[in-house]
Amino acid sequence: MAKTIRVNETPLVLYTLRRADDALILGHRLSEWCGHAPMMEEDMALANMALDLIGQARSLYTYAGEAEGGGRTEDDFAYWRDERGYRNVLLVEQQNGDFARTILRQFLYAHFADLYWRAMMASKDATLAAIAAKSEKEMAYHVRHAGEWVIRLGDGTAESHARIAAALEDLWPYTGELFEMDASEKALVDAGIAVDLSALRERWRANVKAVLDEATLTTPADGWMQKGGRTGIHSEHLGHLLAELQHVQHTIPGAVW
Amino acid sequence: MYTQALNAKPDAGEPQLEDAALLEAFQARIDAEDRIEPNDRMPAAYRKTLTRQISQHAHSEIVGMLPEGNWITRAPSLRRKAALLAKVQDECGHGLYLYAAAETLGTSREELVDQLLTGKAKYSSIFNYPTLTWADIGAIGWLVDGAAIMNQIPLCRCSYGPYARAMIRVCKEESFHQRQGYEIMVTLSKGNEAQREMAQDALNRWWWPCLMMFGPPDAASQHSDQSTKWKIKRFSNDELRQKFVDATVPQAHYLGLTLPDPDLKFNEQTGHWEYGAIDWDEFKQVIAGNGPCNRDRLAARNKAHAEGAWVREAALAYAEKRHARKAAA
Ligand SMILES: [Fe+2]
Ligand SMILES: [Fe+2]
Ligand SMILES: [Fe+2]
Repeated sequence: MAKTIRVNETPLVLYTLRRADDALILGHRLSEWCGHAPMMEEDMALANMALDLIGQARSLYTYAGEAEGGGRTEDDFAYWRDERGYRNVLLVEQQNGDFARTILRQFLYAHFADLYWRAMMASKDATLAAIAAKSEKEMAYHVRHAGEWVIRLGDGTAESHARIAAALEDLWPYTGELFEMDASEKALVDAGIAVDLSALRERWRANVKAVLDEATLTTPADGWMQKGGRTGIHSEHLGHLLAELQHVQHTIPGAVW
Repeated sequence: MYTQALNAKPDAGEPQLEDAALLEAFQARIDAEDRIEPNDRMPAAYRKTLTRQISQHAHSEIVGMLPEGNWITRAPSLRRKAALLAKVQDECGHGLYLYAAAETLGTSREELVDQLLTGKAKYSSIFNYPTLTWADIGAIGWLVDGAAIMNQIPLCRCSYGPYARAMIRVCKEESFHQRQGYEIMVTLSKGNEAQREMAQDALNRWWWPCLMMFGPPDAASQHSDQSTKWKIKRFSNDELRQKFVDATVPQAHYLGLTLPDPDLKFNEQTGHWEYGAIDWDEFKQVIAGNGPCNRDRLAARNKAHAEGAWVREAALAYAEKRHARKAAA
C-alpha cells in the first residue's frame, strides 16, 4: 500500500504548493457543480473556471516537483498528501452551499488571485512568472464573471440579496488568510521571487468594495480572521473533499491511470 | 439571455399546407437534397418530428452529464479530471446548441426543458444506467460516444439545415470523446489485474445497453419510414447498429477484452459480426421509466432546476431594473 508522502518543504516548494493547493481545491469545489448549476450557461461557466484552476494547479505541482528535486509528479502531490499536508487557504475549501455562496467565494478569491498573479508576472523565478502570465488572464475572466453575478444577485430580488449578503458575512472572515505571509515567504519576497501580499490588500479591498457597492451590499469591516490552512490546520470540510478526490488512487495504489 | 422570447407556436396558417401540391413541392426539395431552413414552409408533421428528435437529442446531452459528472470529483489523476470535466462541459455545450436548433422550429427552450423535467419527453435510454467504477468513464467515451457518432454522422446530412450544421460541430467533439474514452480503456487494459477486471466489468455492463441505443429493430420501428423519406434519417436502426458492432468488436479484441455475447461471431461471407439476441424487454422497461437510474436522473435535473429558480429570477429582476434605469436616464 502506497503511503502519504512527506514533502521536503523548502521555501520555494512550500510557496508553490500553497498556490497549487488553492487552485486545485477551489477548482475541485467548482467542478462539483457540473450538471447541477442553476442554468446550463452556468454549468459551462463554472466548468470553465474549474478547468482554469485545475490547469494552474497542474503547472504549479509540476514545478513544485522540479523544485523539490525528488522526481515527484503533479499527482503525487494531489493524491498522496492528507489534510495536514495540504497548504491551501481555508476560503477555497469551504463548501459550495447555494449558488450565492459559491459565487461569492469565487469573487473574493478571484479578486485576490487576479492582483496576485499580475504582480507575480514580475517574479525573478521564470517558471512562476510564466504561470502567472497565463493565470492572470484566466483570473481576469473569473473576476468579471463572479462580479457580474454578485451585482445581479445583490441588486436582484430580495431573496437573492439576502442570500448573497449572508454569504458575504459568512465568508469574509476567511479573506484575511489570503494575505498572510510567514518568514519563509518573506525571504522569497526579499529574493524577488514572491510578491509582498500585504501590498495587495488595499487594492483588493477597493476592487471588492466597488463591486459590492454596485451590488448594494455593505463591505464588512475586518474583524476576527480565520486562518490555519497554510500550515495544514484545516476546516473539517477538506478531509471529505480529499477522500473523494483521492479515492481511486488509494483503492488501487501504484497503478497508471 | 437565459430565457428566450420564443414562445410562439408555429404559425397556424403556415404548415396547414398538408395540401397535396405543397407537400409534393416540399418532397421535391427534399429529394433534390435541398436544405430546409427555419423560415421555409414545411409540413406540420416535419416540424413536429424534428422538434421531437432535436429536443430529445438535447435532453440526452444534458442528462448525459450526470452519469459522467458522477466521476469528476473522483477521477484518478489530474489529467483525467481535467479531460473529464472538459468532456462533460462539451456535452452541455451540445445540449445548448441543440436546444437552439430546436428553437428555430418555434418551440422555446423553456418549454422543451419543461417537457424533460415533467417526464413527458424522452432522452437516450443509455443514461439511465449507473457509472459504478472509473472504467465506466472509459467505456462510456468509447462505446456511448462511439454509438452517438454512428447515429450522428448521417445527421450531418439531415434535410433540416440548423440540425445538420449542429451535428457537424457536435460530431467533431464526439469523436474526440470517443478516442479519449478508448484511451482510458487502453490504459486500464495495460494496467494491473484490478484495472483489467474493472475494464472488463464495464464492458460487460455497457455493451448491451449501447446496442439498444440505436433503437428498436427495424421490424418494430415506428418513425423510420417518414423520417427516411424526409431525409432526417439516412440509415435504419439495424444498419447503424451493425456498423457500430463491426467497428467496435475489433477494438475490444485489441484491448484483450471479451464481449459479453456468447453468440458473437464473424460471418466470412457478409464480412459482418453477428451478435446475439438483444433483450428488448429491458429496453422497454428503461424507456418506460424503470431503468436503474431513471428516477435519479430526473430528480437531479429537477433539483438543479428548482434550486436555481431564485437565481434565474434574480437575473431577470436585475435585467429589468437595469433596463428601467437606462430608459429613465
Ligand atoms: Fe454530446
Ligand atoms: Fe450526442
Ligand atoms: Fe460526447
